[in-house]
Amino acid sequence: MDAPTAATPTKSTPLAYVRTAPAAAVSPPLATVGVLAWLREYLFPNVSSSVMTVLIILLLIWTVPPLIDFLIVDAVWTGSDRDACLATAERPVVGACWAFIADRFAFIVYGSYPIAGRWRVDLFFAMLAFGTVWLLWLEAPRRDIGAIYFFAVLPVASFLVLHGFAPVGLAVVDTALWGGFTVTIVVAAVGIVASLPIGIVLALGRRSKLPAMRLLSTLFIEFIRGVPLITVLFMASVMLPLFVPDYWSPDKLVRALVGVALFSSAYMAEVVRAGLQAMPKGQYEAAYALGLSYWQTLRLIILPQALKVTIPNIVNSYIALFKDTTLVFFVGIFDFLKTIEVSRADPQWATPVTSTTGYIFAALVYFVCCYAMSRYATGIETRLSTGEKQ
Amino acid sequence: MARPWESAPGVPFYRDPKYRGIALQIGLCAALAYLAYAAIQTAADNLARSHVASGFGFWNVIAGFDISQTLIDYSPQTSTYGRAFWVGLLNTLVVAALGIALATILGFAIGIGRLSKNFLVERLATCYVELIRDVPLLLQLLFWYNAVLKALPEFAASFTLPGGVLLNNRGLFLPRPSFADSSYFLAMLAVALVFAVVFNKMATRSKSIWGATGVRAAFTLLIVVGLPVAIVIVSGAPLAFDYPQVGRFNVRGGLEVLPEFVALVLGLVIYTAAFIAEVVRAGLMSVSRGQTEAAQALGLTRMQTLGLIVIPQAMRVIIPPLTNQYLNLTKNSSLAVAIGYPDLVQVFAGTVANQTNQPVEIIALTMLVYLSFSLITSLVMNFYNARYALVER
Repeated sequence: MDAPTAATPTKSTPLAYVRTAPAAAVSPPLATVGVLAWLREYLFPNVSSSVMTVLIILLLIWTVPPLIDFLIVDAVWTGSDRDACLATAERPVVGACWAFIADRFAFIVYGSYPIAGRWRVDLFFAMLAFGTVWLLWLEAPRRDIGAIYFFAVLPVASFLVLHGFAPVGLAVVDTALWGGFTVTIVVAAVGIVASLPIGIVLALGRRSKLPAMRLLSTLFIEFIRGVPLITVLFMASVMLPLFVPDYWSPDKLVRALVGVALFSSAYMAEVVRAGLQAMPKGQYEAAYALGLSYWQTLRLIILPQALKVTIPNIVNSYIALFKDTTLVFFVGIFDFLKTIEVSRADPQWATPVTSTTGYIFAALVYFVCCYAMSRYATGIETRLSTGEKQ
Repeated sequence: MARPWESAPGVPFYRDPKYRGIALQIGLCAALAYLAYAAIQTAADNLARSHVASGFGFWNVIAGFDISQTLIDYSPQTSTYGRAFWVGLLNTLVVAALGIALATILGFAIGIGRLSKNFLVERLATCYVELIRDVPLLLQLLFWYNAVLKALPEFAASFTLPGGVLLNNRGLFLPRPSFADSSYFLAMLAVALVFAVVFNKMATRSKSIWGATGVRAAFTLLIVVGLPVAIVIVSGAPLAFDYPQVGRFNVRGGLEVLPEFVALVLGLVIYTAAFIAEVVRAGLMSVSRGQTEAAQALGLTRMQTLGLIVIPQAMRVIIPPLTNQYLNLTKNSSLAVAIGYPDLVQVFAGTVANQTNQPVEIIALTMLVYLSFSLITSLVMNFYNARYALVER
């Protein structure tokens, strides 16, 4: 073959992107280590990047000092009513009114739960913290018992402690009195405890080869995922009492809990399904070759592996669930955000800075909770990927 | 998964997974059917006892309540509940469309910023994503509405933004363009459209940066929007702006945008952009480094590498989760009810449901609307995937 083929560039058909002359030699760098080199490489490598750097520094100078002034320097830390946080002649600039949060703290945590019974809420928090640490700490002893404790014992015990149980001498506290951070944690915990098992069943149903199972699971998952949570909550709070006989009629909190549990299980199902799909076919085949039944295969081979690789995604969907608990606000549940809303509207503390303070405090609490969960997920992810690398 | 012992000879039928599966399904369907029957029976009893009407008879009844933002003609005295439904639906769609457009721009900027070599840009983008993602949207909406927009000065002390825009605690007041001769403007628009089509035809074949999908789309938009505006501004006459003026009792003239609308769009855009940024980052990272290196070895500039090599390949990974975020934004716009923006949920599932006392039908219809959004999106996505999925040979 002497004639060049079409694909070979020749002198007569130059390609626009191929160099025709050698690139100019680059002069040696002035420094490759030290502060100056770092600055040149990461802050001022070229004109456009330098412009961005300068703009961001200006933005930080413009926003950060006033923010620190508002949050700490000019903030009011003590006081018993609005007078403490009002601007006066000797103090014209008032920052965040932390005295308001301090004054309302018990209400924000416990809502209207009877003061004499607040130790019960504390006990519930302690039991929950114990179970959470047991499950999350991967080196903890007997985590199988921990799982039983968390998913079976804890829900029953929490109900008895919070709601009360006459035979052991705990007075019944109506759920209408529950409120504040307690309710946020209760809703989130119920969502977390209920969504994983229901989600696993739905995910298995969606991957089942039985057509009716597959159809029903898919319909449920896609329906719930296609509508906003707020409509699911409305449906639960309005339609649930209609569909069950009067004597079963669930109270307001239970209705909201049902809505949240259904909603989060549909999302959990998709997370679990992704994990199941990541399992190679060989795992099933090997299990069947050993003579394990379908349920044995799932319980002993597939689920332990699939759930392990899905832990980061499961935690991420718990983060979403935790943020979504704020929506129970719409069906008349007194959650953490609602206590902030009520407190900031209280005339006893009505000042120009009260709303902002309340929202910043709430944002801080949600941020700390969600950020801790997301750090945990990242940690697990790193740990799992180290194991995979070998 | 095929099971080796399935229907093997000698297995009694009650141990055969095939018959077990059939029995299980029949049992499940029967149980569900019974539950549904019992629930409907109870609901019918409960409704009959409380003398609540059922069906969609309310659709043509006069609504009698006012709505603060109406894109179509609506009056409390003459309009029906059905009309209120359309008003609410349109308000939802407006928020969703504007929110999607702005969140995409902000999200792409932040997503690309997270992969920047510039230390400050990367840190700032990361802090933004971490901070915004971990605070509930409802809280952010309440903050923007109650602590920012409602705390703005009275109309008499409005902030004046560049371009004659006024901002006060009654909302945002934009200059309203008014066309002396609208046919002139339409002609301009037609010329711009033709120009855009021709440009697209030529650019598609171009091997330079103009051939990149993103660049092409941005430039097309610039032509369609910018050309008529530029011509009108240069030639002057037919376009006049009606500027908002601070009057004695309110702001007169201009285009009034409700503070609820501003807060909702602001909150949705800021929140969704954080998620879009993560989608974009994951997409850009999915393009292997070899692609960038090969492009640079060929002598492509950094912009060309990003526009011609990286982004087109990343889009394949970005588009499906991106549409998911668009759907989330649309569903999240239902939180409008917290700040009183008259969207579908606030108007229809809120006010209309309360007035008619028929929440079952109304919430079912509302769910149907959101369901059809996600069904339509899935259909479009399936089409997209079929067309653009990587063909492996």
